[in-house]
Amino acid sequence: MWEVFVRTKAGLDHKHCGSLHAADPKMAVQMARDVYTRRQEGSSVWVVRSDQIVASDPNDKDMYFDPAEDKVYRHPTFYKLPDSVDHM
Amino acid sequence: MYTQAMDTMRDEGGDKPALRTAEEAQLQQRFDNRIDAGDFIEAKDWMPENYRKTLLRQISQHAHSEIVGMLPEGNWITRAPTLKRKAILLAKVQDEGGHGLYLYAAAETLGSSRDQMLDALHTGKAKYSSIFNYPTLTWADVGAIGWLVDGAAIMNQVPICRCSFAPYARAMVRICREESFHQRQGFDSLLVMMKQGTDAQRAMVQEAVNRWWWPCLMMFGPPDDQSPNSAQGMRWGIKRVSNDTLRQKFVDAAVQQAEVLGVTFPDPDLRWNEANQHWDYGTIDWSEFWRVVGGDGPCNRERLADRVKAWEDGEWVREAALAHARKSELKEAA
Amino acid sequence: MISSIKIPAAPELTYLLRLADTCLILGQRLGEWCGHAPILEEDIALSNMALDLIGQSRALLTLAGQHSGKCGGEGYDEDQLAFLRDEIDYRNVTLAELPRGDFAFTVLRNLMLSTWLKLMWERLRDSSDAELAAIAGKALKEARYHQQHAADWAVRLGDGTDESRRRSEAALATLWLYTPELFEDDAVDAAATAAGLGPAWSQLHEPWLAEMDEVLGEAKLAVPPAPTFRSTGKRGLHSEHMGYLLAEMQYLQRAYPGGAW
Ligand SMILES: [Fe+2]
Ligand SMILES: [Fe+2]
Repeated sequence: MWEVFVRTKAGLDHKHCGSLHAADPKMAVQMARDVYTRRQEGSSVWVVRSDQIVASDPNDKDMYFDPAEDKVYRHPTFYKLPDSVDHM
Repeated sequence: MYTQAMDTMRDEGGDKPALRTAEEAQLQQRFDNRIDAGDFIEAKDWMPENYRKTLLRQISQHAHSEIVGMLPEGNWITRAPTLKRKAILLAKVQDEGGHGLYLYAAAETLGSSRDQMLDALHTGKAKYSSIFNYPTLTWADVGAIGWLVDGAAIMNQVPICRCSFAPYARAMVRICREESFHQRQGFDSLLVMMKQGTDAQRAMVQEAVNRWWWPCLMMFGPPDDQSPNSAQGMRWGIKRVSNDTLRQKFVDAAVQQAEVLGVTFPDPDLRWNEANQHWDYGTIDWSEFWRVVGGDGPCNRERLADRVKAWEDGEWVREAALAHARKSELKEAA
Repeated sequence: MISSIKIPAAPELTYLLRLADTCLILGQRLGEWCGHAPILEEDIALSNMALDLIGQSRALLTLAGQHSGKCGGEGYDEDQLAFLRDEIDYRNVTLAELPRGDFAFTVLRNLMLSTWLKLMWERLRDSSDAELAAIAGKALKEARYHQQHAADWAVRLGDGTDESRRRSEAALATLWLYTPELFEDDAVDAAATAAGLGPAWSQLHEPWLAEMDEVLGEAKLAVPPAPTFRSTGKRGLHSEHMGYLLAEMQYLQRAYPGGAW
């Protein structure tokens, strides 16, 4: 099993778009092209063996991501400035 | 600026060797066409050697600036006056570390490792922005840096989001998004002191602004007529707007913001020019700029020593992590 | 110069301050790493941890400031409590205030305190004080991550190179001396349990030892013998390091009376 990442346009990130089955890397790249870029979706593809991806544990979701919730000071809207300089 | 590379590097003879194969000439032609069409260049695309070298130098210098830039402000984390300001400052300095990280990663796509780049920094071969060689002497320096230094940085960095080298452009998009709170928190911090604070605090703010103003103007690099590599940078889309244009834009914005704040800039020649609808400013002391770039700023030695110490103190940690990873791998293989 | 605020001697308030100050002072120490860590990724990770701890201390100090008003003292905000107390009125455990040391020292202290805090937050979710229970629910997620991060590093360092092992052993030996303080009860704990505010600290000892045992075992580090030394930070009697930490932390608030920040 392989995970497929496609760059839609020059300059943009490769984005995960799905998976496929293939026997070797070369086959995987070609399949990725055939499966995922048939409608001009791509300008570049990456494939990564699925078992090579280390993912966060869904059970850890709370401790991984909730702590960011109350760090409001990281957002520009936290700082109220006078109208005349508010575009900064 | 964070990216003074184009201005402070030596000219290395350009990328047009006399003899060149037909194939190379064709690649060069295709590259030029893509640049002219405003296309992005990816790390795996063919690129002229000088383009690669210039970018590597600029991105790594930019990265060094971010991590050396953690030091002057980091200096105040333990002394921040309220818990809210402590959290804000810590988050801000942390962001700068992240920026360094994204940029090292972008530079690595050009074939240099982070270790190599850090080595160049630690041995004094690589430069970083001159601004971080000035000391932070009072708490107001933290606000002044956010307002003026980050303000200048943002002005310089926004155009790089459209840089021709895509990994750099992508890193800059992320960085600019994160930067958006940096300038505002600095201004907000100064504004509170100016509007609700004591006379002693207002004096502290004004004194800090006095010290940071001129070094901030220098961040944009030498005047356009003394910036020999600018034309090449523009052609490659590495540099998008000229030094003087950005500097003027910065001055115009800052003057208005200073008014809201209730502070002045230490420049008797600062005045509105009705004819060109911009603020004229006095003569910048470029000898100071070159002195600081050359290593004789107020804090060059301390900044470098701090970075070297962190790196050397951390060596056994990095080795241990690798050793443990090797052990785990062996165990898994067995 | 602003003079210090007065803290009423009420056991429930002291109970809250012990926890709030332990978070605050550990956060202060971790913040020192920002810009100086062994790898850039770790600068960011340690800063995140410091930010979580500062956030926790802010919530707890705000709560403590309200309690102070209710139990015969003045009401205070988080910053008055954080910056304007005399040293003897800070109630953090001594372990939190020790200088940051090398990376092994920082990692192992984080392991000890994040494990302790995790166990504490788990129990505080059932506090009779709804506010405290809510703070605990949020902080628990953070502490779990801190513990995991510290434990992973402890294993890397303990089972890494000879040097990392030697440093880890040395750090562990020093840090361990300060751990009895984390589990000894006094009148404050009695009052807190009676009011249903939170657990007596002694209740955390067994589960803490079990979790430390597991991580240290994986790190191939021997659990040091039970110390006879007793630190007393939670009673306001600190190490000599505390004065310097506070001088630095309080400087602006003290030097600019009536300032707005
Ligand atoms: Fe930055
Ligand atoms: Fe910034």
